[in-house]
Amino acid sequence: MLGVVRKKMLGQSLLKIRPAVSVLRSYSSSAKHMTVRDALNSALDEEMSADQKVFLMGEEVGEYQGAYKISKGLLEKYGPERVLDTPITEAGFAGIAVGAAYHGLKPVVEFMTFNFSMQAIDHIINSAAKSNYMSAGQMSVPIVFRGPNGAAAGVGAQHSQCYAAWYASCPGLKVLTPYSSEDARGLLKAAIRDPDPVVFLENELLYGESFSVSDEVLDSSFCLPIGKAKIERVGRDVTITAFSKMVGHALKAAEILEKDGIDAEVINLRSIRPLDRSTINASVRKTNRLITAEEGFPQHGVGAEICASVVEESFAYLDAPVERIAGADVPMPYAANLERLAVPQVEDIVRAAKRACYRSVPLAAAA
Amino acid sequence: MALSYLRSSSSRSVNLLKPLSSSLPLRRPISTDTTPITVETSVPFTSHQCDAPSCSVETNPKELLTFFRDMALMRRMEIAADSLYKAKLIRGFCHLYDGQEAVAVGMEAAITKKDCIITAYRDHCTFIGRGGTLLEVFAELMGRQAGCSKGKGGSMHFYKKDSNFYGGHGIVGAQVPLGCGLAFAQKYSKDETVTFALYGDGAANQGQLFEALNISALWDLPAILVCENNHYGMGTAEWRAAKSPAYYKRGDYVPGLKVDGMDALAVKQACKFAKEHALKNGPIILEMDTYRYHGHSMSDPGSTYRTRDEISGVRQERDPIERIRKLILSHDLATEKELKDIEKEVRKEVDDTITQAKESPMPEPSELFTNVYAKGLGVESFGADRKEVRATLP
Repeated sequence: MLGVVRKKMLGQSLLKIRPAVSVLRSYSSSAKHMTVRDALNSALDEEMSADQKVFLMGEEVGEYQGAYKISKGLLEKYGPERVLDTPITEAGFAGIAVGAAYHGLKPVVEFMTFNFSMQAIDHIINSAAKSNYMSAGQMSVPIVFRGPNGAAAGVGAQHSQCYAAWYASCPGLKVLTPYSSEDARGLLKAAIRDPDPVVFLENELLYGESFSVSDEVLDSSFCLPIGKAKIERVGRDVTITAFSKMVGHALKAAEILEKDGIDAEVINLRSIRPLDRSTINASVRKTNRLITAEEGFPQHGVGAEICASVVEESFAYLDAPVERIAGADVPMPYAANLERLAVPQVEDIVRAAKRACYRSVPLAAAA
Repeated sequence: MALSYLRSSSSRSVNLLKPLSSSLPLRRPISTDTTPITVETSVPFTSHQCDAPSCSVETNPKELLTFFRDMALMRRMEIAADSLYKAKLIRGFCHLYDGQEAVAVGMEAAITKKDCIITAYRDHCTFIGRGGTLLEVFAELMGRQAGCSKGKGGSMHFYKKDSNFYGGHGIVGAQVPLGCGLAFAQKYSKDETVTFALYGDGAANQGQLFEALNISALWDLPAILVCENNHYGMGTAEWRAAKSPAYYKRGDYVPGLKVDGMDALAVKQACKFAKEHALKNGPIILEMDTYRYHGHSMSDPGSTYRTRDEISGVRQERDPIERIRKLILSHDLATEKELKDIEKEVRKEVDDTITQAKESPMPEPSELFTNVYAKGLGVESFGADRKEVRATLP
């Protein structure tokens, strides 16, 4: 965690044993909690307040208060010139937003889900990502494309895809994947302040989840660095990398593994591009085993890149093959039981970690 | 409204046949009387770049009673789906069509199953119109094996290829170029059939629509673009999304017709006209002035961007089922009680089908890997843990 965590005392001094893990726990009743939704809303609010050039554009972001209520109250506060309801025309409004960014403004474009960003992907890649390069630095594009990414619950094949791997393969883009409320606030603020195009992949199922937040996180100057992962749980035996909703799954898996004497280190990637290769490799050099967890399709996915990076830089340190847990290699089915099979579950991560840890058992003993 | 009709005998015969089991297609003749009746539509057609068809629509008792029954069934089905969603038996997205039934029913009356229909995600009633069964609808909504997509598609992804119903699409506007593609294939094969590509007022602003329309006009494709204008694209009223909400004129060089979409007979007339036009002259746009009683989907109350007075006003003045009921009663084709009995029958049919659908099992886990390809070439596919769950695609 950045900086010093200040805790409010209740008029008595409490003796606390602070865990080595950098997760905030407070026993005073002034512990603050915030949902991811409120974290995003407050970050947008503060950045729009701080910089007149920042504006929000998307479907239902204004009068409807946001399809998922992320932009609640913003139209009322900043008016229709800075919070714009668009028609259902992603290619059109994404292009318009990139053009506005060329000419000095700082657009935040909301896609109702990233599935619809495919309609606008030419502008994200060809008009935004590559412009600074093609113009030798004249045209930086300070734009943020944000919205829910990945699977929700029962929304079927066309509404459930994870786009992290696709966008993260493109040089010129920055791709962020918040998990907690702290991530949401710090990374969105960083994204809006960043001079480059940022793809900000949220998760619908996380919007309602509440996380504790320190006063530092709540401060309007709070910002997280882009390109740095966070070690959510320190461990010795196996590294689990995850992003977005899978971080929660990885943490739960770590609790289960602990009971079996396996101490897992959980890395919340936070940033898919740039990928924090040094944190990942340092962790694998410590634990010698790696599980990558992601929601998206496995082939050419984030886990594939992490595995390649580790094999390239830390091959001698691996005691077991890298394990990939990912979404099933099929379009997302609707039926509840099939959907459960198509999305990684906590037990999948547990099973893979156990495999990685018992790999050093001689085959004769296994037979 | 002015009416003129001929009757061969003074006594009317209304045969109420016993309802067939719900696993058979919907075509259930209630009355076999096909004596022609002419009805004047109450709202005239407005046209763009073409001559509007006449307001005098030919129909008959059998057709009117079929309209009534089919729309009552669709209405009941959608209301039942609302309850099932609230009971969490339906998950994800659920976009209901109640209020718009006249479009589905009027269109079918003008065309054959060799003509193609494609629509977006508000597709339950369109599927029924194409001959889909109630069981296939409810089972699919609940993600069961008996569903039209075997539980793998969900509410937005109903298909019935053998009746030329091509879905069922979740991405706003995408179905329009697809529909023009269906028309391309029809012309290519010299089928003398047409495609109806349905979209909403929200989708009407999509660029891909104009791209596909331009090509269709250039190549004289038998494509009929039908804008189901229910005046709201999710929470955005048409005037906030479109500089010109005269959707029937948006085709510019492509002719268009504005139709009272709450009048099944007007819809039938317009679709008949459009089919004849498209086969001779290429694309045409139909704008159906319609209304949805529910919100955009089950997660939208539908009352934050429109007033309850507006909704109840439409229900009072323009409800498509009440329209047909009044027509049937004023022509003495059935008594009030007979119509109420039909509604009771329909309600029971829906309830019985739901019970049946609930008994349909969830798909087998192996279904996760079926139909990824038509020809899988023996490649491997993987579950979330690729070392635990894998399959060969046939």
